Amino acid sequence: MNQNRVDEYRRNFMTALGGVAAVAAVAPSFVLQTAHAAGEVAAKPADQAVTDAKRWGMLIDVTKLTDGGAAMVAACKKEHGWGDEIHSDATQKAHWARVVKVTDKLTQNSFSLPVMCQHCENPPCVDVCPTGASMKRADGIVQVNKHTCIGCRYCMMACPYKARSFVHEHLIDQKAHSPRGIGTVESCNMCVHRVDNGQLPACVEAAPDAVTFGDLNDPNSTLSQTLKAIGGKQIRADLGLNTGVRYHGI
Amino acid sequence: MASQAIIFRETKDGKGFYILLAVLGAFLALGALAFFNAEHHGHHVTGMNNQIVWGLPHVFAIGLIVAASGALNVGSIGTVFGKKIYQPMGRLSALLAISLLIGGLIVLVLDLGRPDRLIVAMTTFNFKSIFAWNIILYNGFLALSAVYIWTMMDRQVKGYYKMAGIAAFTWRLILTAGTGSIFGFLVARDFYNSAVMAPLFIVMSFAMGLAVFILVLHFAYSWTGRQLGNAVMNRLRYLLAVFIGGVLLLEAARHFTGLYIAQKAGVENFILFEGGVYTQLFWVGQILLGSLLPLSLIFCRKLVDNRVALLLAAAFTIVGGFAQLYVILIGGQAYPLTLFPGAEVSSDYFDGVINSYVPSIWELMLGLGGVALTLVMVTIGVKVLRFLPDSLSDAVADPHSK
Ligand code: SF4
Ligand code: SF4
Repeated sequence: MNQNRVDEYRRNFMTALGGVAAVAAVAPSFVLQTAHAAGEVAAKPADQAVTDAKRWGMLIDVTKLTDGGAAMVAACKKEHGWGDEIHSDATQKAHWARVVKVTDKLTQNSFSLPVMCQHCENPPCVDVCPTGASMKRADGIVQVNKHTCIGCRYCMMACPYKARSFVHEHLIDQKAHSPRGIGTVESCNMCVHRVDNGQLPACVEAAPDAVTFGDLNDPNSTLSQTLKAIGGKQIRADLGLNTGVRYHGI
Repeated sequence: MASQAIIFRETKDGKGFYILLAVLGAFLALGALAFFNAEHHGHHVTGMNNQIVWGLPHVFAIGLIVAASGALNVGSIGTVFGKKIYQPMGRLSALLAISLLIGGLIVLVLDLGRPDRLIVAMTTFNFKSIFAWNIILYNGFLALSAVYIWTMMDRQVKGYYKMAGIAAFTWRLILTAGTGSIFGFLVARDFYNSAVMAPLFIVMSFAMGLAVFILVLHFAYSWTGRQLGNAVMNRLRYLLAVFIGGVLLLEAARHFTGLYIAQKAGVENFILFEGGVYTQLFWVGQILLGSLLPLSLIFCRKLVDNRVALLLAAAFTIVGGFAQLYVILIGGQAYPLTLFPGAEVSSDYFDGVINSYVPSIWELMLGLGGVALTLVMVTIGVKVLRFLPDSLSDAVADPHSK
């Protein structure tokens, strides 16, 4: 990288930081304070269809996650109520998000990161689903329609991130905003019920300093600006899935 | 040149018929019990989990489906390639194909998380999905095989015999390519993602389908006291050897290329050398018992015309086929997904470790139920309709052979 590029890089980075600082400064005047510190979400009126004007995504700065993402995973679990199945054993319990520890075999460099559905732009799970129950919303959120999923589990075979779980038993005490069901497949849905309401996903709220949530299509969003400035990698970028979840520091 | 006409006849009423049905019925009942158990409690009663999502029922289902398309081959050789000696067996070949397919599909459907939503699967299609394509392919296969049988049984539509045979044959090739592609298109899993999967499954189907056909043909004849000569059986015998050889060839190609491709080297090493039960199933189950043993039984000079040797060869070919499917299906899932190439990963959710799977008795019962359903359909089929030639003795089947 020549000096000019480095300068440009530095400038972009400072602008982005400035942007974040500015948002944080005006945030107290908003109701959703933490929400706005970590990204911008506008409520989607319920009578309006989802459009492809936005593409939701997030950047997780692994270097700022002191717990490797454990709080994020816990928040997700609490929000959606997965993982407390009574009869299923550890391998059978649902898991929407998890903390993965990575150690380079050669250098022994090590870090931890939370892994959930990466909301791929070209999702293999959607391609293989015979009934179309696995679907990608126009705004990039990938989720399962619980009413048309037949539980064939082909999507689980196809997902490179092990992001999906099959529900092995009858469930009690479900969260009204996150219906689940025996015999169907489920995965992180980017807290679609919150995002449509103008709120941030639960995991993002749990780690406001480390995660930026927002619209990847909008070059001026804090997310796009931060990504431009500090960069964000995809897990298994070689597969060409163009994931909506990006990581910094991996 | 006085060749005798082939006469088809239903099998006779007899004690044996009912005993056979009773035994198969018991397996059917066990299969039904297994289904209701999993349906009532959920899949946690099975051995499958969120790492190994396709278990023993899938091995049975895919085994039966693969054998189905292969079973049709005997008929196809007679119709499409005009080999006269195979033609009298065409009806049984198509009946067996239909029965195997239905047996396999029932296992597949009953192992779904929501089998009650079958109607959804039949009415909402995502045409990008190979699975959705397969649903259409299976239904088409059933329809074409039925038409094929019709052209063989009804003199009035005899004119369409060849056409129906060619259509069914072409369809079955596409069908098995589709079954193989279910795996071949999975980019996520190092062991599957390969174009060889489609042809491999086609050759596997030739071998397994023919092996099943040989066994069914033999027992259908010996249990009903009909004559089945060596002319027919020896044709099938050498054909079986060719198919087993084909599977070995493609498997060798698959594993050798896998060992060379860095991305696949890990999983190849796992399956071929370090995978414990999967490695044993591969070398002992598939290669030794499932391929080399049948080949020696077929080619051993002392065993020419030996019926028991042929039956054993067929049975072991089936054993080998199931071992192969188990290694592909379960072994392929047991090997962990690669999240970060070149790094070690760990988590509280089994990242970076070999996934474990122990099939439950319920899954075995469900799978055997599918096999029993297949055999019930064949047994009743040959009883009520004219599927079987009265005699396939050498004099009838191949008068020119001597
Ligand atoms: S991460 Fe897996 S489940 Fe999520 S969109 Fe991609 S392929 Fe589908
Ligand atoms: S399990 Fe459900 S969501 Fe997954 S591929 Fe099958 S039908 Fe689609």
